[in-house]
Amino acid sequence: MIVCCKQVPDPEAPPSVFKVVNNQMTLPPDVKPVIGQYEEFALEAALKIKDTGGGKITALSLGNNFVRDVIKKALAVGGDELILLEDEAFEGGDSWSTANSLAMAIKKIGEYDIIFCGRQSSDWDAGQVGLGIAEILGIPAVTLARKVEVVDGKAKVERVIPDGYQVVEVTLPALIIVTSGLGALRYATLKGIMAAAKKQLVIWKPADIGLEPSQIGAAGRHSKLDKLFQPVKEAKCEIIEGETPAEAGANLAVKLREAKLL
Amino acid sequence: MAEYKGILVCGELADGKLASITTELLGCGRKLADDLKEDLSCLLASDAVGGASKEAIAFGADKVYAVEHPALKEYQADSYMQAAEKLVKEISPRTILMGQTSMGRDLAPRLAFRLGTSLTTDCLDLSIDPGTKLLTQTRPVYGGNAQAIFTSEFMPQMATVRTKAMSPLERDDSRKGEVIPTKIDIDTSKVRAKILETVKEEAVGIKLEDAPVIICGGRGIGGPEPFQTTLKELADLLHGAVGASRPPADNGWVSEAAHIGLTGKIVAPDIYIAIAVSGASQHTAGCTGSKHIIAINKDPEANIFREAELGVVGKYEEVVPALTNKLKELLAG
Repeated sequence: MIVCCKQVPDPEAPPSVFKVVNNQMTLPPDVKPVIGQYEEFALEAALKIKDTGGGKITALSLGNNFVRDVIKKALAVGGDELILLEDEAFEGGDSWSTANSLAMAIKKIGEYDIIFCGRQSSDWDAGQVGLGIAEILGIPAVTLARKVEVVDGKAKVERVIPDGYQVVEVTLPALIIVTSGLGALRYATLKGIMAAAKKQLVIWKPADIGLEPSQIGAAGRHSKLDKLFQPVKEAKCEIIEGETPAEAGANLAVKLREAKLL
Repeated sequence: MAEYKGILVCGELADGKLASITTELLGCGRKLADDLKEDLSCLLASDAVGGASKEAIAFGADKVYAVEHPALKEYQADSYMQAAEKLVKEISPRTILMGQTSMGRDLAPRLAFRLGTSLTTDCLDLSIDPGTKLLTQTRPVYGGNAQAIFTSEFMPQMATVRTKAMSPLERDDSRKGEVIPTKIDIDTSKVRAKILETVKEEAVGIKLEDAPVIICGGRGIGGPEPFQTTLKELADLLHGAVGASRPPADNGWVSEAAHIGLTGKIVAPDIYIAIAVSGASQHTAGCTGSKHIIAINKDPEANIFREAELGVVGKYEEVVPALTNKLKELLAG
């Protein structure tokens, strides 16, 4: 199993710290990077399969300047191997160049049954890379999985739809894109953290996966970012007061009624 | 190289009728097509398209490609891909629009990569650059903390559009257009992901998307029980529905069907009461279309107060029962 993980700025940071400067998102240094939330679910999906049926988990991530302690979480929770596509040239990519680089790395890894991805990253939110990898590799993909089991050489997936779910059966190898509902990523044990610290990371450069600089990162984009901006919002909230919170609640009821909202 | 011309909307049907997102896409597509002085086409794929073709014309399409095949009865990626890919290769549209829906999220990236082009998902605004004639695509990024404008020189230019972000045209049944029944062979042996069963899980009562009033609880609610009691009591009084931001859904306090936000449902009720919701951008992305937002939160600095027009600062356990009781009294009188 291969799990694609992305290191992103902590999306739980308060909205006020997100500042666009010169068409780039800048964040204060106290906003720590984390593994994306949906990628954590993807890791958990792979770990659950390993719990019952065994197997090896390779975590794969693309970027530059990885914070080792953050990305090594993939090993600490039970991943067997961590491959980083780490190079300055991977920066500034879009869905196209990112999916292409990851697919080339997966080809180099060789054999696999399932590739797990998260549904969308919390920075660019595009939700395309997983499906892109599947298209490039020519394998089937199931999106929005909230439960995954392997039965008789096939994966059985609960796929979330707006008013319920579908049970989808897919031939392997396949790519499965995970959403929430699967359960949070387990905590790393002390033993896991110690073992992860000892593990050697595998680092691949563009040439290692057979790609030219023109095919990766910003140079390999299919879309052009013309502008990044923050729309100005006027806050004009009227706070309803009261001697106690309960009185304020009652006053809100009166206000809603007076304004004929209810 | 083929010449790319016109706008293609990949439509969706709901209970045999045109889905509301498709009417919104046709409204937006009509404007883009007029700016380019080109045609607006609509692909409708199903086991039976029926009267929806005429509806698509009434909502702005010049041409409707009606593709009927038993394998297209419900959305399934491998079979829909075959229909979409074949039609796109035949008519070479300049731009392809889909909804940022269950189908669009699943189909659009596959099609974009298959065609070797680019895609901008979840757009809030689309326009034609008068100089280059390229599609200017605006979408939120960083969980709604910023917006980005993209263009692409790869053809066709693809975008998915957020539900309720665009307005449909007034339905006009006298509009003229052409329905083109299109035969496309679907090779069912290429279907690798089989749908074994579809299970409905909708909560009883009013659907979140249709509710005129939504009572939404956040992380600060602290557990599953108040959703069934404190929040539900207020919702029932106002004939509304109970929703939640992402943490309650992730923690299993409510079902995923109740989740409102960027990765959940997009709602636009008359009244949206956000209770113990911090107001992370990824949540407010799902409710900014509401007519009136009211916030109750114990933290006066909570971001939700920047979105709301009325607010109360205080613990919801004290504020909400008092609000409910007073409303009961006022509504009875």
